[in-house]
Formats: sequence, C-alpha cells, structure tokens
Amino acid sequence: MADKALGDNIPTFDKQGKGGGDVSLSNWSALTSGPGARSWLEFLTIILVAAAVIGGAEALIVGFGVPQYVLPRPSLIALSMVQDFPVLWPHILVTVKELFIGFAIGGSIGMLLAALITQSPFAEKIVTPYVIILVCTPMIALVPLLILKFGFGSEPRIIAVTLAVYPMVMINSATGFRRVDLAKIALARSFGASMFQIYWKIRIPMAMPMIIVGLMVGSIFGLLTATGAELVGGKNGLGNRLSYYSSLIQMPQFFACIVYLALIGNLIYVTFFLIGKKWASWES
Amino acid sequence: MRNGDARPTKISVEGATKYYQTKTGQVHALEDYSMQVKEGELVCVLGPSGCGKSTLLWSMAGLHGLSKGRVTLDAQPVAKPHPQIAMIFQEANLLPWRNLIRNIEFPFELKRLDPGKYRDRIDGLLRKVGLAGFENKFPRELSGGMQQRASIVRSLAVDPSVLLMDEPFGALDAFTRDEMNLLIQQIWMETGKTIVFITHNIAEAIFLADRIFVMSPRPGRLSRVFEIGFQRPRELALTTRPEFVEILGEIKASIDHGSGHQAVDVI
Repeated sequence: MADKALGDNIPTFDKQGKGGGDVSLSNWSALTSGPGARSWLEFLTIILVAAAVIGGAEALIVGFGVPQYVLPRPSLIALSMVQDFPVLWPHILVTVKELFIGFAIGGSIGMLLAALITQSPFAEKIVTPYVIILVCTPMIALVPLLILKFGFGSEPRIIAVTLAVYPMVMINSATGFRRVDLAKIALARSFGASMFQIYWKIRIPMAMPMIIVGLMVGSIFGLLTATGAELVGGKNGLGNRLSYYSSLIQMPQFFACIVYLALIGNLIYVTFFLIGKKWASWES
Repeated sequence: MRNGDARPTKISVEGATKYYQTKTGQVHALEDYSMQVKEGELVCVLGPSGCGKSTLLWSMAGLHGLSKGRVTLDAQPVAKPHPQIAMIFQEANLLPWRNLIRNIEFPFELKRLDPGKYRDRIDGLLRKVGLAGFENKFPRELSGGMQQRASIVRSLAVDPSVLLMDEPFGALDAFTRDEMNLLIQQIWMETGKTIVFITHNIAEAIFLADRIFVMSPRPGRLSRVFEIGFQRPRELALTTRPEFVEILGEIKASIDHGSGHQAVDVI
C-alpha cells in the first residue's frame, strides 16, 4: 500500500531547504570553499607570504629581545620538533589513539541515533534537548570525575572524546536525514524500492554532505577534548606534555607540542575536505 | 471513445476519490474520476494547477492509496508500484550524486538486475535521445532538456508497458519543450507504449494526445473528453494550422477556471 515515507501527502516538488536554519553547527560551504592553489604564481605567493610571516616573527622576537620563556623563536620551535621528536612521538600516538577510538565510537553512535530519531518526530522532540545540553556542556568538565572512576590511563579521555563527538555528529547527521525529497523517494518507490533500499540509496546519499560536516566538526571537538582531558590529569599524551613543559618553562618543547596538535587538527580537516570532495561534491 | 477501437483497456481509473488530511484540514483532491486508457493509446490529462492531476497520476502509479475507487492495469487492481508502470517526473528528478549512466542503472539496481545485460538497450536509447557520450556527466552538468531525456531513458530502459508522465516538460523553455514533444511522439510510435501524459499546456496536449481528458479545478473531476484526430506523425507546423487553433479555442472555452484566474497555459 502507500509508502510510509511518502505518507499520504499531497504530491509536491517543493525543494526542501538545505538544512539552513536548523541546529547544524556548520554548513557545507566551509568545506567547498577550502584552500586550493590555482597557479604557480599563486602558489609561490602563498609560500613567500608564509616565509615572510615566520621570518618576520623570528626577526621581531630577536629584534625586540623577547625572552624565550615568553615566546621562543620559530627556528627554536622547529629545532625542538625535530630533536625532541623521539620523546614526543609516543605522546602523539597516545593522543591520536584516544581521538581515533573515541571518534569511531562517538561517530557511530551519532550517526545511528540520527538515523533513528529522524524516523519519528516524537522521538526527536524527546531526545533533542538532551543532545543540545551535551553539545553545550564542555565534556572536559567531566574528566576529573572520569579519572576518579577509570584512573589515569586513556579510558577517561576516550570516554570524554566519545561524549564530545557523538552529539556533534548526531545533530548534523539528523539535519541531513531530515532533508526529505519526496520526489526522489517516490522515484525509488515507483521502481519498486524497499524501505531499506530507500534508506541506503536515497536518504543516506542525500544526508551524506551533512554527515561529513558532522564528522569533521565532531573530530575537531574530539581533538579539543582529548587534549583538554590530558591537561586535566594523566601521565601521557600531548596535552600532558603541554602542562609538563610549561611547568618547566621549556617553551620550545611546549610550542613544538602545540604545532604537532595543530598538524593533527589540520590533517583531520584535509582528510574530511577530500572525503567531502569525493562523496558530496554534487551538492555545490 | 473511438468507434470500433478493439484494443483492450490497458489502464483504468474507476471512481477515484481522494481526500488528504493536512494540518489545516481536509483537502478534497479528486472526486469520482474515471477514465479508461486503451493499450497503446497516448492520452493527456489537462487541467489547471492544483486540480488533482498529480494526485491522479501518483495513484495510477501505486504510490498513493485512494479514499474511494480503484486503479486497474490489465484488469488487475494496482495497489502498489507495478513493474509494468514507469513514471516520469517533473523536472527530471535525477539523483544528483550519480552520473548519467548510474542514474539510468538505478532502477536495475533496485530490481537487483545486472544492467550489463541490458547494455545494448540502454546504449540504443541514449543514442536515440542524443545522449550518447554523456554517460559520465553529472546531472548538474546537463541542461534541463538533457536531464529530462535522461529520465525518459531511465524509465524506458526497464521496458514498462505504461508510461505515466507528470508534467515532464513544465520547467523547460518553449523550444526545448517542442523538441521533447516530438521525441515523445517518436518513441510512442516506435514502441507502442501506453502513455498517460499530464500537462496544463493546452497546445502540448493537443499536439500529443489521441484523447484529452479535461479536469475541473479542485476537487478534480472529469469535465470533458476531446478526441484529437490529427494524422501521425504530427509536425510542429500543425500547431499553427486553423484546425488546431480551433480545437485549442474549444478546449480553452471548456475549462472551468474555478476562482476565475487563468491557471492554464494556452501555448
């Protein structure tokens, strides 16, 4: 009989909004307007500006005699990144592992919950306030409690990352799943699609741009939370090194940790940018 | 109905009545609408916007239930989408994340058929509509007319016996629309499919149809049936001939505009 998703609605071809005005925390333009050098001249300019900024910082710090414990020279930071790499590498691994596991669990929960709650407006009404509370509460605040319960290892941080990631993924994915295009569902139905096929071949591809945005925002929040949780307590990880080096006023090493964190964050961004280009470029 | 037309009824609508429940109350979309379409016939359903044409077609496709009445295909009731019935939608309705060939393979995927086995048919159809060589283009890279041709190929590729077309060319410019109408006539003459074509454009309906079913404004009722006897294949020059214009005037006069405003395109 009549399809549930189509319901008993008047046939309409109004284009649903692209999720604008919803509770999404980001939108697709953040990805599609990403960086990209067009020509050698542009590329060269970018390199020269970068060199000028870093070189200028170096010159200013030397010229004004800024003490190392306030701001180390970029060259010293670079040197520390290389020299202290063997010491920092295990900590990088710890942070990345916490982020990865927490993100995998949180991302899966987020996508699954989004798919479930968007099935029923009533369920969505019940669940949404809690999700918003979770989004707005810094999960780092829970870390001392989690440490009491799970000790100083990676577990409390992974839990914190999971709690930070899943609401972000869920809220964005739900926005994606809510973008129902009745005409596309009718198309699939007219060719005899099952409910499962409609989900797999229409709803998920349509939601994909928002899911990817959710995963990207979630992973950046995850990195933030992992670092914060390591700062709060524990014995390893880049966040732990930050508090360690700052207590010893070893500023080149401190900044080396920050640059490594920035690199991880940027790597995440670029990864999702490329995934978005492959799987969601039809949107632009 | 044409005298002496011995062809069996292919698809039939009997006393179709449809109410929708909406937030603002009940909408009465269709009232006791009946029509019989012969096998291999091309009929147009003509009516002002919002008169229930799409509701009628979605019911015929088995996408909607009816409040009263029924739809039959070869005398069998249609209650859900039927493999012998394919729909062509407004504005092509291609999936933007799939390229052209994967859009055309979409129905095969749903039916768990290997599109490779139908490659010759698909390639032949693509050549016929002038889309050969565009297989890897995405919908956004194609013009409106090309998109709609792709959607016609998508529906024809599964070889249905009935094509339901829901104002398929409403969003196209007049020249492209003329081309598409010629293409539809050609495909219909070559394949002998039964076509139910919905439009609010009177000239388009006269150009294409064997018979035109005129609907009244909501609730949609059948108000009149016109037989169009022009020779096939019809050419675009037909649309300026006096006989054509005469029928056009007659149909236009027969249309009940409801609240009085013009909701039907003449040309």
